[in-house]
Amino acid sequence: MTKSELIEVITKNQHHLRQADVEEAVKCIIEQMSEALASGERIEIRGFGSFSLHYRPPRQGRNPKTGETVALAGKYVPHFKPGKELRERVNGQDD
Amino acid sequence: MALTKADMAERLFDDLGLNKREAKEMVELFFEQVRHSLEEGAQVKLSGFGNFDLREKKQRPGRNPKTGEEIPISARRVVTFRPGQKLKARVEAYAGSE
Repeated sequence: MTKSELIEVITKNQHHLRQADVEEAVKCIIEQMSEALASGERIEIRGFGSFSLHYRPPRQGRNPKTGETVALAGKYVPHFKPGKELRERVNGQDD
Repeated sequence: MALTKADMAERLFDDLGLNKREAKEMVELFFEQVRHSLEEGAQVKLSGFGNFDLREKKQRPGRNPKTGEEIPISARRVVTFRPGQKLKARVEAYAGSE
């Protein structure tokens, strides 16, 4: 499912908003999640999961073309931990 | 502080003018439809953010950490998240201050 398909299915499942409004809302939700992570904030959605940042320490990398070693700075990467309900539903154990 | 569904609904109210009930419903539907797609076995691709993929894990040996007893971890389907280029670039720029 893509973002546009998500927008369509949400539009079908509610009766107050037009598709254009749902599109704005979906984009706003995604942007908020990106902003939170970009500023080092966690995201916690019960039953869905949590997003946090994991630190990757500095390391020696290699330019694959020239074989030269390059110093790579430490960085943060987004990490998602699925919540209990999501884990169980995906694994077919929901009751 | 962590971003929550309540924060997201508040912003839909403040920025987009949805009423409180619509805003709350929209946030619920967003996460429910993503869950539903994954439950049905379909990955979810949110461009600019990332992809939620499904992986099949085989049974593997495990251990009860309390008793040390060996118990197999059953085969299962799990969700993984792969952040997109845009999100990775935005997060990488975070210098860290916590």
